[in-house]
Amino acid sequence: MGQTQASPGASAVYAQTIIKKKAPSDKVVALAGNPNVGKSTVFNALTGMKQHTGNWPGKTVGCAQGYYETRTQSYVMVDIPGTYSLMANSVEEEVARNFVCFGEPDAVVVVCDATCLERNLNLVLQTIEVSERVVVCVNLMDEAKRKGIRVDLALLSKRLGVPVVGTVARKKRSLQALSAVLDKTTSGDYASSPLKVVYPDCVEFAISILEPFVEAKCGSEINSRWLSLRLLEQDEGMIRQAESYLGFELLSDEMLSMAVDCAMRRLGEERIDTEKLKDLIVSTLVKEAEEISKDVVTYSDLKYSASDRRLDKVLTSRLTGYPIMLALLALIFWLTITGANYPSQLLSDGLFWIQDKLTQLFDYLQAPDWLHGALVLGVYRVMAWVISVMLPPMAIFFPLFTLLEDAGYLPRVAYNLDRPFKRCNACGKQALCMCMGFGCNAVGVTGCRIIDSPRERMLAVLTNSFVPCNGRFPTLIAILSMFIIGGAAGAASSLASAVLLTLIIVFAIAMTFWITKLLSKTILKGVPSSFTLELPPYRVPQIGKVIVRSIFDRTLFVLGRAVAVAAPAGLIIWLLSNIMIGDVSILSRCAAFLDPFARLMGLDGVILIAFILGFPANEIVVPIIIMAYMAQGSILELESLAEMRQLFVSNGWTITTALCTMLFMVLHWPCSTTLLTIRKETGSWKWTALAAAIPTVTGIAACMLLNLSACIFT
Amino acid sequence: MSAKTSLNTIKPGEHAIVSELISTGNMRRRLLDIGLIENTEIECVGRSPLGDPSAFLIRGAVIAIRSEDCKNILINA
Repeated sequence: MGQTQASPGASAVYAQTIIKKKAPSDKVVALAGNPNVGKSTVFNALTGMKQHTGNWPGKTVGCAQGYYETRTQSYVMVDIPGTYSLMANSVEEEVARNFVCFGEPDAVVVVCDATCLERNLNLVLQTIEVSERVVVCVNLMDEAKRKGIRVDLALLSKRLGVPVVGTVARKKRSLQALSAVLDKTTSGDYASSPLKVVYPDCVEFAISILEPFVEAKCGSEINSRWLSLRLLEQDEGMIRQAESYLGFELLSDEMLSMAVDCAMRRLGEERIDTEKLKDLIVSTLVKEAEEISKDVVTYSDLKYSASDRRLDKVLTSRLTGYPIMLALLALIFWLTITGANYPSQLLSDGLFWIQDKLTQLFDYLQAPDWLHGALVLGVYRVMAWVISVMLPPMAIFFPLFTLLEDAGYLPRVAYNLDRPFKRCNACGKQALCMCMGFGCNAVGVTGCRIIDSPRERMLAVLTNSFVPCNGRFPTLIAILSMFIIGGAAGAASSLASAVLLTLIIVFAIAMTFWITKLLSKTILKGVPSSFTLELPPYRVPQIGKVIVRSIFDRTLFVLGRAVAVAAPAGLIIWLLSNIMIGDVSILSRCAAFLDPFARLMGLDGVILIAFILGFPANEIVVPIIIMAYMAQGSILELESLAEMRQLFVSNGWTITTALCTMLFMVLHWPCSTTLLTIRKETGSWKWTALAAAIPTVTGIAACMLLNLSACIFT
Repeated sequence: MSAKTSLNTIKPGEHAIVSELISTGNMRRRLLDIGLIENTEIECVGRSPLGDPSAFLIRGAVIAIRSEDCKNILINA
């Protein structure tokens, strides 16, 4: 429904997972489970790896692998994407299903949410049907306890016929039981007798016709009862996967194909077509899950989710839903700007003090001028600028954002914004990708995989870079404080910056909606597909852990990338601005060449060239501008924003230049990392080119429009 | 037995029993996967700021569904 020819080629990304064993004796364990039950937390705790975790469904994309050892056995753990069932409805679920069904794991751990066991059991029952070695890991036991939900693990194990362990994955020690059970299960010490779900008589009869033929054909390669059901369902994708796994075609076998026909005829006599059969199978599983859950789970407090509902009433209500969203955004910006001011200054003082010392050292060594220029004024200074400007805001922004993420607020944002996105014929989950884009657009683009419809996913991919990422915030903040806030000091100034920055973000979001709508009316035509979104329970984030993790895993990672790009870029920029052709530097020549066009956009040649050279990372745009201006004569020490402002003004900056630069900062081509990610996700250079062209054209047009109106009205 | 209406008719705080699912394709599979089969109890727990989608409590989990998808979920009011 509503699909166009424009479907992203997904093959490259969703290709078969390749397992890398360290030793041949390593056992492979798949971690399966519904979305957002803590699979990645279990995975991290066992392997010591740092997969992204957070309280929203769809974080895990692709299969992550990690290694883990118990006293007797070493394992390759595979963290697979969350899925509600093994009857794949989306690409992500297909990845999960293919690995569980055809990846030959030595064991499958199905991670369940203790507070919502019934729904989770559906997947458990399906997994038990296909795999012989299943371990059920009932996670979030602490949360269940707090809500007065008791799960009788022993009884659950007895009913399912497979080992069951209760865990609190946030607490590493609680995973010891899981390790012990895994050792037993993979070594074959645990005599499991998995529950066999019994389907209605007509289905069982059809299975009994087909199963002997499947068994004769496939032997013990695959669970014959399970494959019989899939053959009856005529799930083409699944049958193809099974065939490539087995290495021979199934339905070309005359006997087997006759048996399928015969079984289907019997079902037809009972008026059961394939659709009805699928319904019957799922319904039977759901009912079985309901039965088991009724016996195993007891609620001592029927109002266990009352506080969540109260919070939802505030955070998603007609009156307060949007204002709170905006207020939270402004609050995060305000904390970031206020908090970053002082350490930024401190860092910059420190780093430039080191620069002076380095200069003295070079003098002392009587090093040639060009060497000092290239290394100190080029490489070192750009790196120093990037670190002092980026590190403090990121070290504040990322943890704050992670707190919201862990608490479970992001799905509410998607819920609040679904209606406007639907108006643009898109999917509400695009809001989640957009939120990730604030951190890093490349991450946001990868996150688009949570959107099921290929058309809607492409819309989200193409528009992701319309929201500014963390590499662009510092520049926006710096220009805001220099030109817009001006004289105001202290708390008032940072409050004004925060409000203005929020306005910029609102503008960016409005542009996202507008472009999404434009695309869905033109090249990505279609009607919105159906949509379900789980709103998980709120969780109290582990503040200490969040701070440590987001600083070490995210901030330093992003900073590392920025510095890695800034160092060579600093060298190149220094060379460009110091190698003379005639008596004018290359940089000035390029700038002069671009100048007439840039002037139309309210910029100047230097700014435009800075954006172009900033293609690998947006963080270095301002350092390039500074360096280019300084090379053009006015030498001064940039110790404060006021001096920086001086430099800019003396190079002809007006309020219009500032506004246009900020506008172009929000709307221009995505950075190289993001574009490469888009290439990987869409599998097409054509779409990648479009993803670069759309924001660029929009940005140039918007800047020209702004400049023109400024010319008219002033 | 009371008349069949669609899930759109229940307001936040109200309960209903699902009587039939007329959704097709992927949406039908998705709804069945999250346990929305006949005779499932469902409660509307809220609406988003613009009135759509709405949030429903289904087998212990809160799921947001758009109104045009709710049209295809029939209930015994």
